[in-house]
Amino acid sequence: MLLIPCPYCGPRSEEEFSYGNEAHIPRPKQPDKLDDAEWAEYVFMRSNTKGVFLERWMHAQGCRRWFNVARDTVSYEILAVYEIGAPRPELELRRDV
Amino acid sequence: MMARYSIFSLARNALSYHQDWPAAWRDPAPKPSYQVVIIGGGGHGLATAYYLAKEHGITDVAVIERGWLGGGNTGRNTTVVRSNYLWDESAALYDFALKIWEGLSQELNFNVMFSQRGVVNLAHNQHDLRELSRRINANRLNGVDSEFLTPAEIKRMIPIIDVRAGGRYPVLGASLQRRGGTARHDALAWGYARAADARGVDIIQECPVEGFRIENGRVLGVETAKGFIGAAKVAIAVAGHSSVMATLAGFRMPVTSVPLQALVSEPVKPALDTVVMSNAIHAYISQSDKGEFVIGAGADKYVGYGQRGSLPVTEETLAAVCELFPSLRRMRMMRQWGGIVDTCPDASPILGKTPIDGLYINCGWGTGGFKSTPGAGWVYAYTIAKDEPHELNAPFSLDRFRTGYLVDEHGAAAVAH
Repeated sequence: MLLIPCPYCGPRSEEEFSYGNEAHIPRPKQPDKLDDAEWAEYVFMRSNTKGVFLERWMHAQGCRRWFNVARDTVSYEILAVYEIGAPRPELELRRDV
Repeated sequence: MMARYSIFSLARNALSYHQDWPAAWRDPAPKPSYQVVIIGGGGHGLATAYYLAKEHGITDVAVIERGWLGGGNTGRNTTVVRSNYLWDESAALYDFALKIWEGLSQELNFNVMFSQRGVVNLAHNQHDLRELSRRINANRLNGVDSEFLTPAEIKRMIPIIDVRAGGRYPVLGASLQRRGGTARHDALAWGYARAADARGVDIIQECPVEGFRIENGRVLGVETAKGFIGAAKVAIAVAGHSSVMATLAGFRMPVTSVPLQALVSEPVKPALDTVVMSNAIHAYISQSDKGEFVIGAGADKYVGYGQRGSLPVTEETLAAVCELFPSLRRMRMMRQWGGIVDTCPDASPILGKTPIDGLYINCGWGTGGFKSTPGAGWVYAYTIAKDEPHELNAPFSLDRFRTGYLVDEHGAAAVAH
């Protein structure tokens, strides 16, 4: 079970949170200029990283605010928690096979 | 030539106290190159190798496996086999697989213990009932056997279930696919491995892939822990690690990898002779031939490659199982584990070509990988041999996420995703 440190409420059980999958996927600035392949990239394609993954969580049963988490998807260790819109944390992005 | 298993070979080997059985497959060192290299020695990879050799005469094939045969999701699923999927495309593919299952033990000369004990999908509310009726009708139009059970019929068939309207999960009805059931999951991998090996396929274990050699958009082979292996065609069948492979090859995938949990109880006397599944409460249960209750649970909601799964999922599933089967409340669980399933946004698989010439992918099965193994292997072998998809897997291309022609089996697939 994950103990997720909500930046606004402190550490809480994973059951209180909703998951928003990958972070740092900007909405297209000019949606009408996108072709089908670019839409597919934006809507469906995900890094699904094995290793350090930057993802979004929302404290659904607490402050109901979104934030970003850097988590290792193998050890499940949470390495950083930061606000939506903040730059990516300086972490060594590991890629195991 | 492989030694045939039969009652006579069993008797003959009994005379030597079963010490002289020949190895079921060889353990070769990799050759410098092959016509086809299949990455992943689970059921899907081994079945693909077998059908490449049997249906297309391509025997210059290597199956390379990171760990040991069937040590991934093949040995981690809950062994349920069924084909009662909603959409035409899915029903055709899964029922094709089920038809192969029905003759598989004879074909492979290996007992995969396929037991058509029926699969019951429960409805707990009015919406479930409507969805269930819709799916039963869709199944029957597609030639997939499916019938409706009333609560009284369910109770007669499954005496240990609690169908009370006053209970927490009232059972209002169910669908039954009598041709569905369970099989021995390891045996599927071993049976295909033995049959493929007998046709000349090299099975190379403990050989993780470290990269692809790709030039001018065409794959030339794979870099592995045992050195470079050249190949005219490379086929990926690695389930939860598909994104990792795609990243190494330089293209993107729409899949999310999550651990899907399962548990096994202590063995008890026979009490449940069918498979019971409930979409609404994330639980499915059957009893193995050894007497253990095999319980399938939900998947974690977040990306994970740890083969264990999180405790809240276990808790939710077991709470529901205790409500539905009150007599199991004192049952102790012996083992719990997770298998990394790769789920697609539309809960349907990806089976076909990739943006790289000569590189193929079979993934995204989510919870449906085990049951589909024979059919998936068959159409995957066809796709590799002909360099174009069979009509059964043509709808399941990677390109469907660009065209928008999704096969949306979410919820409709009779299981929670």
